[in-house]
Amino acid sequence: MAVLSEEQTMLRDAAKSWVSEKSPVTAFRKVRDSGNAEGFDRDAWREMAEMGWAGIIIPEEFGGSGMGYLTLGLVLEETGRTLTASPLVSTALAATSALIVGGSNAQKQAWLPKIAEGKAIAALAVDEAAHHAPAKIALKATKSGSGWTLSGKKTFVLDGGAADVLVVAARTSGKSGDANGITLFLVPGDAKGLMRQKLKSVDSRGVANLAFENVEVGADAVIGSVDQGYGILESTLDRARAGLAAEMLGMATQAFETTLDYLKTRVQFGQVIGTFQALQHRAAKMYTDLELTRSCVEAALSAIDSNSNEVPQLVSLAKAKANELAHLVSNEMVQMHGGIGMTDAHDAGLYLKRARAAEATFGSAAFHRDRYASLLEY
Amino acid sequence: MSAAEKLDPELEAFRADARAWLSENFPSSLKDRDVAMLTMAGISLTGDAKLWRDRMGEKGWGTPTWPKQYGGGGLSSAQARVLQQEMARIGARSPIAGMGVMMFGPTLLEYGSEEQKQRHIPKIVNGAVRWCQGYSEPNAGSDLAALRTQAVDKGDHYLVNGQKIWTSGAQFADWCFCLVRTDNTKKHEGISFLLIDMKSPGIEVRPIKLISGDSPFCETFFTDVKVPKENLMGPLNGGWTIGKRLLQFERAGLGDGGGSQGRALNARGIEQLAKDYVGVDDDGRIADAELRTRIAEHQMNAKAFALTIARARAEAKSAYGPSATTSIMKNAGSRLQQERAELLLEIMGAQGLGWDGEGFSREEIDSTRAWLGGKAVTIYGGTYEIQNNIIAKRILGLLDHQ
Repeated sequence: MAVLSEEQTMLRDAAKSWVSEKSPVTAFRKVRDSGNAEGFDRDAWREMAEMGWAGIIIPEEFGGSGMGYLTLGLVLEETGRTLTASPLVSTALAATSALIVGGSNAQKQAWLPKIAEGKAIAALAVDEAAHHAPAKIALKATKSGSGWTLSGKKTFVLDGGAADVLVVAARTSGKSGDANGITLFLVPGDAKGLMRQKLKSVDSRGVANLAFENVEVGADAVIGSVDQGYGILESTLDRARAGLAAEMLGMATQAFETTLDYLKTRVQFGQVIGTFQALQHRAAKMYTDLELTRSCVEAALSAIDSNSNEVPQLVSLAKAKANELAHLVSNEMVQMHGGIGMTDAHDAGLYLKRARAAEATFGSAAFHRDRYASLLEY
Repeated sequence: MSAAEKLDPELEAFRADARAWLSENFPSSLKDRDVAMLTMAGISLTGDAKLWRDRMGEKGWGTPTWPKQYGGGGLSSAQARVLQQEMARIGARSPIAGMGVMMFGPTLLEYGSEEQKQRHIPKIVNGAVRWCQGYSEPNAGSDLAALRTQAVDKGDHYLVNGQKIWTSGAQFADWCFCLVRTDNTKKHEGISFLLIDMKSPGIEVRPIKLISGDSPFCETFFTDVKVPKENLMGPLNGGWTIGKRLLQFERAGLGDGGGSQGRALNARGIEQLAKDYVGVDDDGRIADAELRTRIAEHQMNAKAFALTIARARAEAKSAYGPSATTSIMKNAGSRLQQERAELLLEIMGAQGLGWDGEGFSREEIDSTRAWLGGKAVTIYGGTYEIQNNIIAKRILGLLDHQ
């Protein structure tokens, strides 16, 4: 655990008690079973916003608390533990980061206070195919009059169905795969020509595919400079990846603890199964990986807060490690629980499903290993 | 956390003192040289090396946190860290090291009698006496408490008979701290901690040649060796507790993820070596994509380990105190060291398969020997599997599997 300030410790403790009282895994299960197409509970989100969680990274002048990414990570870790489904990642982390990193004063003024209050849901729309590939942007934005016209598609957008506003990565020049020629736009969720198809995902979160048919936006919709959006996009994605890694760390920690409890109580052959060395060594491996991953996640979030030039490497390290960890622990959770772990009534399956969805979001382990090697110039 | 540490004026005053003393007393000819390694290899020191050892020994700064009354430095751990920083700054390494410093000394300070402390600590402090560890036996490895080397009470002395193995540096050691059996009717409660003068009649030391070609370890035979009773440390049959405490000091010093072996090639960066030996594609990437991925994976593991060491340090300094994080260090570090050695070997290809002589560079031979020698790191100081047992039992609270 990183060494925390008193303020951070208080916030972490508040998050811990809120999730255990108001948002245990049963709450997520209820959202899932209710057929809620948005994939999250609006009342719970209101409470989270009231506690200031939606504005943790938003500067005070725009209605947030400006406590930074390590602090937001503490909350994400706690919500990750109980699989709490909320717009924390899509809105308070990803889209907010795009505005903080690249937004004009007017854009920040227009959206950040509303986000901090929990009155606006925002989403980041980047990928257009099955795999995360931020340079492979084909969605076209062409100049029309004083504004722009957007045509193309986006896939698997977190909270894309519920979003009041979308940060959309579009191509204004060059071809798919080029880093140059990408521009970010702010697009209202109810824009004319925007079609949103809510998806039923394995982790029961609110994801959507988006189709843009001649969606018109004004010149003031551009975040940063035309054709120069890739830098902002990468910085934004790094913030989103690090925060998501914190959520995954929390999820893996809880999955591990739940499994460890089971090893200490399940009796076979007249003894608790936790006495079996074959299981003990796998538990020791998971614990080792949890500790190593925690160091990476905290280092990445701290690096963002201190504006270190190591952010890209540390973030790819954190996301790759969090992916590997969540993968291992969620598999072991099912296996070590045996038959009961295969049932829908048990939580193991929920962790397994959420783990895979989070692994694929903002880059798989393979994506981040490749990126790490490229960043280190080999 | 990256928050800047506040400068403590007292600590900064100490820093100035340490800096002044070092600039006056550290012979610049020894920059980046490891004098302690020479001592451990049985070479007697002369010239600047001897001067540096004598000065540090007198100052007690080779054992900076040990009490002043026995010749130690008497520094706080914060001051010791400052000293370490100042030494690193000018490339000065402590000339005083070895098992006496790392393992036996701290244990003696906790469990030894006043007379034993006065007799042995000053000679560890000044580097005059080298200690070796008489723990493992041919039939007592991971199951150390199965040891059978016998010490029989003969009134004024113990008569010791038996065999120890893997005694590092026994051929150069002056003294041995030894676990011996003093009661055959009990396992753990029948073990005592005995200090044995290696010059005693009846001790025979035979170096063991390892797969790397080196002989860092010995077999040590005890035949009717008389050991004065005053050399019993701690209570009779109470040696297991002391022995385990010593292992904690040992493990804290192991698994640092690099070791000092094979630095020659490591220092150039494994990715650079891969580019040199394997070649690059048009985009400057290592030509073998699969190898490139595994190198990236390894470097990420190394970074994760380094960040974990940094985190454990920060936690230890904070109000929370040391956490359970340290328990994973030996396995994480040793696995990393072996992973790196295997990658180096693979990267070098046929050039990594030299044993000696022409056709191979010194660096290549060193790396290959280090790959072989490094297989020991998951065996000594508690095997990989024993470490996992310890994590399962002590940290995770799972019941003993036996």
